[in-house]
Formats: sequence, structure tokens, C-alpha cells
Amino acid sequence: MTDAAAQTEAKSGPVLAADGRPLKASLRRALRAQKMRALLLIAPLLLFIMITFILPIADMLFRSVENQIVSETLPRTVVALEDWEDHDQPPSEDVYAALYYDLFEAAEFRIHSRVGSRLNYEMTGVSSLFRQSGRGVGRFDTDIYTDQFAELDADWADPRVWATLMEDESVRAALPETASAYDGWVNVTIEANEDDPLEEDVEDYVYTALYRDLAARGYDGSSAMLSEAAEAVGAFETVSLREQFAEIDEDWLDPAVFETIWVYSPNYTAGYFLTAVDLQLTADGIEPQSEDLRVYLTLFKRTMFMSLVIMGSCVLLGYPIAFLLANLPMRISNILLILVLLPFWTSLLVRTSAWKVLLQQQGVINDILVWIGLVADNDRLALINNQTGTIIAMTHILLPFMILPLYSVMQTIPPSYVRAAKSLGATDWTAFWRVYFPQSVPGIGAGCILVFILAIGYYITPELVGGRTGTFISNRIAYHISTSLNWGLAAALGSILLILVLALYWAYDRIVGIDNVKLG
Amino acid sequence: MKLKSALMLTTGMAMSATMASAEAHMADSLTLVSWGGAYQASQVAAYAEPYMENNPGVEIVWDESSNEAVARLRAMNEAGNITWDLVDVVASDAIRLCDEGLAMEIDHDEVLAPAPDGTPASEDFGDLIVSDCFIPQIVYSTTFGYRTDVEEWNGRTPDDICDVFDLEAFPGQRSLERRPINNMEWALLCSGVAEEDVYDMLETEEGIQMAFDKLETIRDETVWWSAGADTPQLLADGEVVIGSTYNGRLFSVIEEQDQPVAMLWDAQVYDLDGWIIPEGLPEDRLARVLDFLYFATDTQRLGDQAAYISYGPARASSAPLVGDHAELGIAMAPHMPTDPANAERTFLYNYEWWADYRDDLDARFQAWLSQ
Repeated sequence: MTDAAAQTEAKSGPVLAADGRPLKASLRRALRAQKMRALLLIAPLLLFIMITFILPIADMLFRSVENQIVSETLPRTVVALEDWEDHDQPPSEDVYAALYYDLFEAAEFRIHSRVGSRLNYEMTGVSSLFRQSGRGVGRFDTDIYTDQFAELDADWADPRVWATLMEDESVRAALPETASAYDGWVNVTIEANEDDPLEEDVEDYVYTALYRDLAARGYDGSSAMLSEAAEAVGAFETVSLREQFAEIDEDWLDPAVFETIWVYSPNYTAGYFLTAVDLQLTADGIEPQSEDLRVYLTLFKRTMFMSLVIMGSCVLLGYPIAFLLANLPMRISNILLILVLLPFWTSLLVRTSAWKVLLQQQGVINDILVWIGLVADNDRLALINNQTGTIIAMTHILLPFMILPLYSVMQTIPPSYVRAAKSLGATDWTAFWRVYFPQSVPGIGAGCILVFILAIGYYITPELVGGRTGTFISNRIAYHISTSLNWGLAAALGSILLILVLALYWAYDRIVGIDNVKLG
Repeated sequence: MKLKSALMLTTGMAMSATMASAEAHMADSLTLVSWGGAYQASQVAAYAEPYMENNPGVEIVWDESSNEAVARLRAMNEAGNITWDLVDVVASDAIRLCDEGLAMEIDHDEVLAPAPDGTPASEDFGDLIVSDCFIPQIVYSTTFGYRTDVEEWNGRTPDDICDVFDLEAFPGQRSLERRPINNMEWALLCSGVAEEDVYDMLETEEGIQMAFDKLETIRDETVWWSAGADTPQLLADGEVVIGSTYNGRLFSVIEEQDQPVAMLWDAQVYDLDGWIIPEGLPEDRLARVLDFLYFATDTQRLGDQAAYISYGPARASSAPLVGDHAELGIAMAPHMPTDPANAERTFLYNYEWWADYRDDLDARFQAWLSQ
């Protein structure tokens, strides 16, 4: 047939449609229109999912490696630290000067303590160091530079003179530190203080930069004012910025602080992911986290293990119920189905709190056990605020997600198969195990995937009934999102959880086959 | 006659015009964020309802999100859309919000009412203004409650913080918060460390180990709570015999629900709660917020609040106004954490210190709990 068509085509050119166009193009056009229509129909949903689901998740995942805050807040310091060689000694005066300019500007924008909190995740104490220093840099003794320049020539105190000077490209090239400090100051004045840089007094740190430039490089350009200043600075009274910082806090002399800034200065970091698997990023590379800080791997393992146990107990409890539902007359099974669905209509919190009343040591279950005499009054069972509590409460909450797919799959299994098996001499057990059960496996698969994936991300129930041994990794994620505000670490933990789920899904597909999952 | 009515008409018009322009500067709805429960109810009764009576056109909306306020404000700031007008937070959160530029810095004397005798607000609140962004409302404390009907105690009652760690004299389950703050301090106090050395010790490896060793002795006998309502419920059900929580919650168990529970005030840890204004509010909303704030934090209003909940008013001038409970009719002063009889030994929560050490110690604490 194809050959015949090809022969015809070869003989008389392409086959034409009624309107004279080649049939192939016409068909393609019709198909494209159809595809477009389909795409347009799903477009609202697609857009909705993109905007409300995919993009936020992508943004969150991106936070797990993002680390721009250090290099954006302390740009000069990060550059200056590149020349720092002996990491056992505090860095040179250049680094302290860069830090001075950076911190001053950051403090004006009130963002210096953000970078402090960021670095505090890596090194305890940096948070308050930055907070104090943000205030402290405004009180440095660097006003002596300002005064000495003004004494030399009153024009130095005039912001308009500065503005004219800083427009000159050759001056900017000769005084790079001053140019950078001045630009920063102009930015701060306009953006943070909403003032006019032509009216406001130039800050001390710009004079400090000018002094440092002139003292280090001299000046041989055309500006008379600068030449005069360059000659005079040799006799200036000076102030050590390192000592100024040390006066705010001795910790500024600790090389470890600069080491931390240096290690976390790149725009992207693996630090959060490493912390999430109980490792840490140091100047010497990746090292295991100190033993008393290791918690995340334990929690990941516990989350996996307990989710599997919960899934298992859902299968054990759910299968007989689904079997019963599928094999009872419709009228009775409908009533029973309502009982299965009933918990869905109750708040999750109410259900969890109800378990507290039932399971606690002075609770209903323990009271009954004591009354029967199974348990001594002074030796009541600990059923809550531990793993047992989490497993019991979550099995109950997730049970409907197991029963419903099982039920809908079992309903489609024709009873005649089991009857046929029995009529051929199979026992009840053989008929069930060899004929009925294999047909219900897709329902088990669907239920297991649902329950497991829901369990792995559960947070409220373990928080309320988990005590100290029954909490999940999601509780730590919630803590980092809402309390410690370490969103990077929360994102890294969340990403790992996502990867784990995808890996398990893939493994399931390889072992059982995803085609073998049915929701009905 | 004609002239008079014409005059009246013009004055009337002028008055309504000025009133209208004053009103136009203020938004007519206000979104307040608080903690929910009895505490928010006390704010509604003491501040919001009287304010709405004075300003009939204003609608006040409450959002019970204070426990995640810092995270939410940060997200709002990133999104550039601030939907809250006034947020109730604990002092440590206020400091963080202020540091991060998420809360507005205010001049307390300019924004807040002076005391009735003319003392400026900053002096009336005194040391409780722990941050330039923070407007204190109440002083509360985290302290212990114990059951009074435990047979195994043979009539003894705990009167010292260290009785919490004494399983021999006071057997039974305890409940403590699932975080290091307060617990570490109490543990060190009961390891023989002097009150003034506690934070210095906690900076050393030895001190941390000492605190964990102390906590270790009761770790398995303790229910670790994460919600303030847990301990009251556990105490009322007899699930634990002694447990820590906020003093207002214990007041409601003891006085309102009449449970056999008593207070152990020893080494109670003071903390503050108050308002912050989010940074970046539009002008009309800010004007409304400032108007409400001036009213809601004056001496009378803070004093009124104490009739609904047993938290101490943050103004010195409100203390004499603390009267009886609005429904029970009992005197509130003896139930205040600041009452001299209750405040024999108190502990001040060191905000600065915990801002530095929280990340590290919390990780260690959780690792220790999970063992």
C-alpha cells in the first residue's frame, strides 16, 4: 500500500486535496489546528499549575544553593579576601578597610544583620558581631581624616567639590578605592536616606578611602587640590581600622570569622546540601559534621522507616476492609463506605487530638487495659509521644487512601473467576491467593504509593503525637522555614526529600511497573 | 435669623470638610496579627472593642499568625506586598525583624501616649523597650505548674526549680518545651552554676555538656511539648505531674478550670510581648495604625487588659490599675509574674545571647533529643 502510494507520487507528483494543496500539508495543518485547540483547552490549567506550583517549587529549590547575600552585601570584602594568604593570621588592613566601607553601607540599608544571620548558620556568634558592628562603624575614629582634609583645604568639606572631582575619569582611575566608596555613599544617600548627595556632608569613610588611596599610591594627575593633599597625607595622623574593629569586638581579630566569610563568599554554595546530610563545608574541604550536631540523616532514615511501617499497616488493615466492601451487597457496602469516608470530613487536628485522649497514659485505652487487668496501674503503656503514637495516628489518618483504590480495583474483579477456580477444585485459600489476590495487586500498588508519599511529607501529626522519637524530617523543615529562618537549609532538606520520593517511584516502576497501578 | 442660619451652615460645612480630610488620610480597616486564644481575646476586649466604639467606621480584622510572623513578614517583604498593619510578636522576634529591616523604627515618645502624670512613654516603658521597633504590651513568664494531688510525693510540694530534676522526691512525668531556650538555663542553675554565670557557662563546651547531662537525667521521663496548650492539658489529665508553660495558661487551668494544680514561680523566665509595625506601609494605613496604637498602648488600656489575662502590663503607670478578673472577680495582682511574692527569683531571657547561639544549640538539642 505504501509502496503503491509512493509509486503514484513518484509518477504524478504529490497527492492533492480537494482545494488543490498537497494532501500531506493539508493533513498536517488539520492536525496542528487540532493540537492547538487541545493545548488551548488545557492552557488555563497548565498556566495555573505553572504559576502556583511549579514556579514556587523551582524557586524554593533554587534557594538551596543560592548564596548571593554575602557577595552582594560585602562586595569589597569578598574581593579583598582573595589576597589573604596566611589563614592563621587576621587579614591585612586592606580587608578591614573594605569591610568598613561595606558594613557602613549595609548598615545604612539595614541589611547588615541579614548577612550576619546567614553566616551565623555556619559560625556561632557572627550574628551579634555584625549587629554590633553595624552600629559601631558609624562611631569609628575616622573623623580625624575628615577634619585633617578640611583643615588642609576647606573645599574638601564641600559635597559639590566632591561631585565635580568624582566626575573626572582620570581622578577615578587614580583613586579607585575613593571612587568606589564615593559611589557607594551616593547610592546610600539617595536610596536609603532619600537625601541629595550635593547637599549632604560626605561620610568619614569616603575620606578614609581618600587617605588610603593617596597614602598608598600618591597622585600625579592634574588636580591641584589632590596634588596638595597627596603631599600632605604623609604627615596625617592615622587610625588603624583593624584596631577600630577590635574595639567593637575582639572577635574581629579571629581569623575564623574571615575564614567563614571567605568560604561562603561564592554566589552558589553546596553548604546547605552538605549540612542537610550531616557534613560541613570548611576551608579544608568537606568534613563530617561534629558528632553532637548530626541529626538530619537520623531523621531521614526515621522518616523512611516509619513511612514504610505506616504503609505496611495500612495494607494489613485496609485490605480486609476493602475486600468486605467489594463483596457485600451494594446497599450495605455503601453505608460502610460512608464510615470509611467519615474521617475525611473531620479536621485533621481534631482526629489527632482525639488520639491523644485515647492513647495517653491516663487515657481511654490504658484505663481499659488496667481495668481488664492486662496492665498494672503503675506500669501503664506509653502509646503516645513516641514512635508508636505517630504510627497509630498516621495509620488511621491515611487508611482511606489505601482502602479507596483497593476497593475500586476489587470491584472490577469478576466473581466468576474465583467461582471457576473453586469449581475446578481449589480450596478457599488457593482460590483467593492464586486467583483473586494477583488481580488486586494494582490496587495495593496505587494505595501504597499514595500512602507512602503522603506519609513522608506529614508534619502536623508527628509534631503533636511524635514526642522526641517520633518526629519526621518535615518537622525540621518547618522549623527552619518558620523559626530559624534558614530557608536555604529548609530548601535543601526539601529537595533531598523530593529526590528520595522520585528515586523510590523510579525503583517501584522498575520492580513492579507503573502500568501495574490502578485507581479503578 | 437668616444670617445666623447661613453662618451655622458655613461653619458646619467647614467642620465636615476638615473632618472629611482628616478621615481621608486614614484607612478604615486594620489588620492586626496576634496569637489567638485567651490572649487575643484579652486584646479584643481591652483595645479593639473600645477603639471601634470610638471609631464606628473602622473595621478590625484579626489574623492568628504571630507564631510564624517573622517568616511571613520576610516573605511579604520579598513579594513587596505587606498585608498586615500591626503585628504582635515576642521581643526576640521583634529584635530580629528590626535588625532585618522588616519592622519600622519608631520614636516612642512621639508615637505613644505619655503616662497620665506626664511621664514620657519611653520612661514609662523603661527597659522593656528592647528594640527601636518594639512597643511592649505585656510581661509574661515561662514557669512551672505542678499537680497538688500526687500521692507519691507524701505531702511535699516542689518550691525550688531543681525539684523538677529530682525524680526521687518528686517522681512522675514532666513536660518541657522541645527547644533549648529556658531548659538549658534551668539545667545549669540546678547543676550548681550561679545565676549570673549561666550564659558564660553556656558558651563553653563544658557548660553545654553539664546542661545536657542534667537534662539527660529526666529525658525519658519527660513529654517534650511544642504548643503552649500542651502542658495545661497534660497537667489537667494527670498525664504529667509537673510541667513548664506560659503563666497565663497555668492561671486558666488553676482558676478558670479549677484543676488541682499550683504554680512553681521559682526561676521563672521573663519574656515580653508587644507590637511592631511592618516596614513599608502606605501612608493612609500607617496613619490608622498610629492612631490605633496611641490608643491601645495608653496606661488605661494596658491596665484594662490585666482584667482578662494574668500577664503584667508593660507600663509602670498601669500597675496600680490592675484590678479584678472580669468574670471571676478575683484580684489579679497576686497572679502577675511581676508580683513581688512571685518574683523572688527570676531569670531574664537574654535575647542577644540567644540570637547568636540559637542555631547551634538548637541543632545540638534536637540531635540530643533524637538519640
